Amino acid sequence: MARSINQNAYSGGLPNFQNLGILLRIIIIVNVFAFAVAVSKSHDATTLWQQTIRISASVEPLLMLSLLLLAITSDWLRRLPYAVGALTVLLLQLALTTALYSAGQPLLGSDPAPLERYWVLVALTTGALLVYFDLRGRALSPSLTEARLQALQARIRPHFLFNSINAVLSLIRQEPRRAEAVLEDMAGLFRMLMADNRELAPLAREVELCRQYLSLEQLRLGERLKVEWRIERMPGDALVPPLVLQPLLENAVYHGIEPRLEPGLVRIEIYPAGEQVHAILRNPYRDNASHSGNRMALANIRERLQLHFDAEAGLTTRAADGVYEVHIVMPYLKAKDGGRKR
Amino acid sequence: MTEARRLRVMIVDDEAPARSRMRDLLAECEPALALTVAGEAPSGRAALDLLSREPADVVLLDVRMPEMDGLELAQHLMRLEHPPAIVFATAYDDYAIRAFEVNAVDYLLKPIRLERLKEALTRAGSLPPRPEVLRGLSRAPRTHLSVQERGRIHLVPIGDVIYLKAELKYVSVRTAEREYLIEESLTRLEQEYGERFVRVHRNCLVARAAVRGFERSEVDGEAGWEVVLNGVDERIAVSRRQQHVVREFTRG
Repeated sequence: MARSINQNAYSGGLPNFQNLGILLRIIIIVNVFAFAVAVSKSHDATTLWQQTIRISASVEPLLMLSLLLLAITSDWLRRLPYAVGALTVLLLQLALTTALYSAGQPLLGSDPAPLERYWVLVALTTGALLVYFDLRGRALSPSLTEARLQALQARIRPHFLFNSINAVLSLIRQEPRRAEAVLEDMAGLFRMLMADNRELAPLAREVELCRQYLSLEQLRLGERLKVEWRIERMPGDALVPPLVLQPLLENAVYHGIEPRLEPGLVRIEIYPAGEQVHAILRNPYRDNASHSGNRMALANIRERLQLHFDAEAGLTTRAADGVYEVHIVMPYLKAKDGGRKR
Repeated sequence: MTEARRLRVMIVDDEAPARSRMRDLLAECEPALALTVAGEAPSGRAALDLLSREPADVVLLDVRMPEMDGLELAQHLMRLEHPPAIVFATAYDDYAIRAFEVNAVDYLLKPIRLERLKEALTRAGSLPPRPEVLRGLSRAPRTHLSVQERGRIHLVPIGDVIYLKAELKYVSVRTAEREYLIEESLTRLEQEYGERFVRVHRNCLVARAAVRGFERSEVDGEAGWEVVLNGVDERIAVSRRQQHVVREFTRG
């Protein structure tokens, strides 16, 4: 997973020659080429028909053999650097052409065209196809980004879900009204978590979500969780990736508050600075805990920031004097500027 | 179960709503099962304190708790004179659940169903977890050593321990304040805590953090080394076979 996350830009590469769609495309394009040649060589319908058959007779065997060879060597070819791979494909085609040319000498009739001419035709067709697949790959890569964004949508800890349900159950008898309010918070939180979160959303909404989340945690942890909001100057209209802060708060509670017997403070500070928005989260921190879950959430948020804002956003962490700090910097995009920016 | 004998149940969970939910459920078990809530505790330490005053037959034990998790507390509870039956409760803990399954240790999933709770209470005690199973469940070394003194369990944070010394059938645990005796094996303690302690003698493990330095000494006309410790004035002889420890430390 970590590996696939790290390939951000479209890196190029040969198409997968084992893919039926790719093979079909090659067959169609090559035959259209062959037909065009036939058209250029004929004067009327009858000669066109003869030409088409003649050209097909030499093109199809070569085409089928090439596809077979490419499908077999596909995995190996795709591991090569793109330039080397493309050159290998070209050389393979020329070699096949030569082999077929000499093998099929008797079939080519009395007056065969020189081998060089076939070489040029094959090289041009192969080159054109490679350029086509490269452009196609590039054109499709944004949808790859989209897919990755979807996969990266934050996931809530099951631990939190079940403990929260348990906490609501405990309230139902003694404090039904409070239980209702808690369920409403949970509904809001899960609506957001299950929504399509690929588009940027206003910061004010994210903060609202964080409040709902923290009120749920407050119910479980009571006095142990203290929260301080410093968001007087927060630009609520700034567009941010949804769930950019909530998972960090979840980490803060899970790693910073839950392992402590004594109360701990989670502090959230959000302010604008020029063209940027800063968000700083702090929580108490003890060294001995394992933090793999934390690292995963951080990598996830970093990745989403990058997909949305590229190099304009950043996330840094710091642990010192028993305080863990996450600092996010994002460009200040206003809601009315509309839509997302890549 | 005889009429006179009511099952005494203790609840240990760091989250107040979870404890209150458990109380509600226990109240509902009442007509079918004769039981009393012996008490509830928000932490392992509080639970041990409470148990010294209020003995319990069954302890319902949350797995994930601050300071000392349920798996460690269970190990300490086993040192009580009359160890209670233990039923673990957890909201979500893949690792623990798998371990419970493998070792046939009883556990409840939160939110807990009344039927499951009744079942567990009925069965409680018929299948006491063995100490070595509990040790195996723990992911990390214990945060405390438990000392049994006059019928109650005293907890010594492992960070306070300066050295551990084997003496006949006991191991003496030295902190800056005092000395305790525990019934454990030095070899197993060495395995459990690994790098935290260093063996300076066949019968002695010294906390690395407590080592201030080494001094030359002469015992019975033989030259050797002694460890100088932070927190206590005592010195501990480094055995001939463990001389390499001195070099390891002085090299930094």
